[in-house]
Amino acid sequence: MKRILLLIFFLNIVLAVNAQKYMTKNGYIGFFSHTSMEDIKGDNNQVVGAIDISTGEMVFQAVIKSFHFDRALMEEHFNENYMESDKIPKSSFKGKITNLSSVDFSKNGTYDVTVEGDLIIHDITNKISTKGTIEVVSGGINANAKFNIVPEDYKISIPGVVRDKINKNLEVTVAMKYAPLTAK
Amino acid sequence: MNIKLSINMIRLFFIFLFSFISFGLFAQDDLMNLLNKDAPKETNYTTATFKSTRIMNGHSIERMPPGQLDIRIEHRFGTLNSGAYELFGLDQTANIYLGIEYGILNWLMVGIGRERNDKLYDGFAKFTVLRQSSGERVMPVSVSIFSSIAVKSVKWPDPTLKNYFSSKLSYVTQVLIARKFNQAFSFQLTPSYVHRNFVATELDPNDVFAIGSGARVKLTKRISLNGEYYYITNPKTYMSQQIYDPLSVGLDIETGGHVFTLLFTNSVSMLEKGFIGETTGSWKKGDIHFGFNISRVFTLKKHQKPSNY
Repeated sequence: MKRILLLIFFLNIVLAVNAQKYMTKNGYIGFFSHTSMEDIKGDNNQVVGAIDISTGEMVFQAVIKSFHFDRALMEEHFNENYMESDKIPKSSFKGKITNLSSVDFSKNGTYDVTVEGDLIIHDITNKISTKGTIEVVSGGINANAKFNIVPEDYKISIPGVVRDKINKNLEVTVAMKYAPLTAK
Repeated sequence: MNIKLSINMIRLFFIFLFSFISFGLFAQDDLMNLLNKDAPKETNYTTATFKSTRIMNGHSIERMPPGQLDIRIEHRFGTLNSGAYELFGLDQTANIYLGIEYGILNWLMVGIGRERNDKLYDGFAKFTVLRQSSGERVMPVSVSIFSSIAVKSVKWPDPTLKNYFSSKLSYVTQVLIARKFNQAFSFQLTPSYVHRNFVATELDPNDVFAIGSGARVKLTKRISLNGEYYYITNPKTYMSQQIYDPLSVGLDIETGGHVFTLLFTNSVSMLEKGFIGETTGSWKKGDIHFGFNISRVFTLKKHQKPSNY
């Protein structure tokens, strides 16, 4: 009796861990704002992300201080005045591919997908839905998407003095190159 | 025997069922935990301990990042005790300073400037030695070293005497030690050494030692209240003139690329050589000057991704 229980217990653990997971520690997330006054571009090449191809679940986490800008002062203002990165150091996304059945992970190719989930920026959670592409290549999966966000939706306050320097919509670009998670 | 078996089998069935359900519910969080599990321990370097390279008159540990240029204009009006007729000093100009400063390396910034009184030229270098950090590498304070040379270029009062160029020179060395306690409060200690090559009388020391202190309290995201006080350790009553410890209080207001500072101070000079050891105004007597500093930052070179230096 006890032996059977133990066997069932271990079976469950093994089943959960071996669900097909892919991960990356050098994912890219960038955002861009264009106005006639100035362009703002922030790039983060140290985004940590994972995708579970059996369920279509995707998660990313970005450290705010890892977003880099051409101008040091811009980077300082981004962290100190807008994102308050000392208080809220990370931003994340938890979601899933809604049309998982249209992706064949066993065949190389590019598939159009729709991803829905919670985007958490500045401690505010908003549901987003975006179109993207999943590219199955030998040895990994590449995921790409582009969508817009409104800073005020995440309680990022932009003072009137500089409001015209930042576009009402920020264009966010996500580019992840996942590799299969190796068992430890 | 049969009944016992069937009860056990039911129990077995439910255990089996529930174990699968619990795993299904936590899959997304499982994935998130996976991300955090392997995260390498990072070092988090403290930024923006102060809003600009100065606390009030004196330097803060902040430096210009490499490739950034800072243009500074500083103005000091007359004293509040000049009365209403003089608009409490606003009608008079006590001193003016113009300066240009540049970040050369991640740890080195230089600057030159000129003050109206004594037509004093000043050149300095500020070295970042330690940065406050938490995480993998812990450092409780940020430390910088400041060094400057000042040259008086005002004409000699008596050209018939043998006047030496070296008499025009003064040197300042400071160790700046600061800590950002939290988002709202930062504090700095500034032990300072000023050497004046030529002083008025034998009573005046060539070497002045002081312990400076500075603090800032952040009021809003862009406004902070700053205070600065230098305690001069030399006995102040035996000099040819009564000198006082410089004390300044003011607001730092940041807007985009500018930092505006509005302050009240008893010092007329805005250079270390001047305000440490040559402040003849006293807060108690009302020798308080209203003044402002304007700092405008320009980016000359693109910001490189910071590496651990």
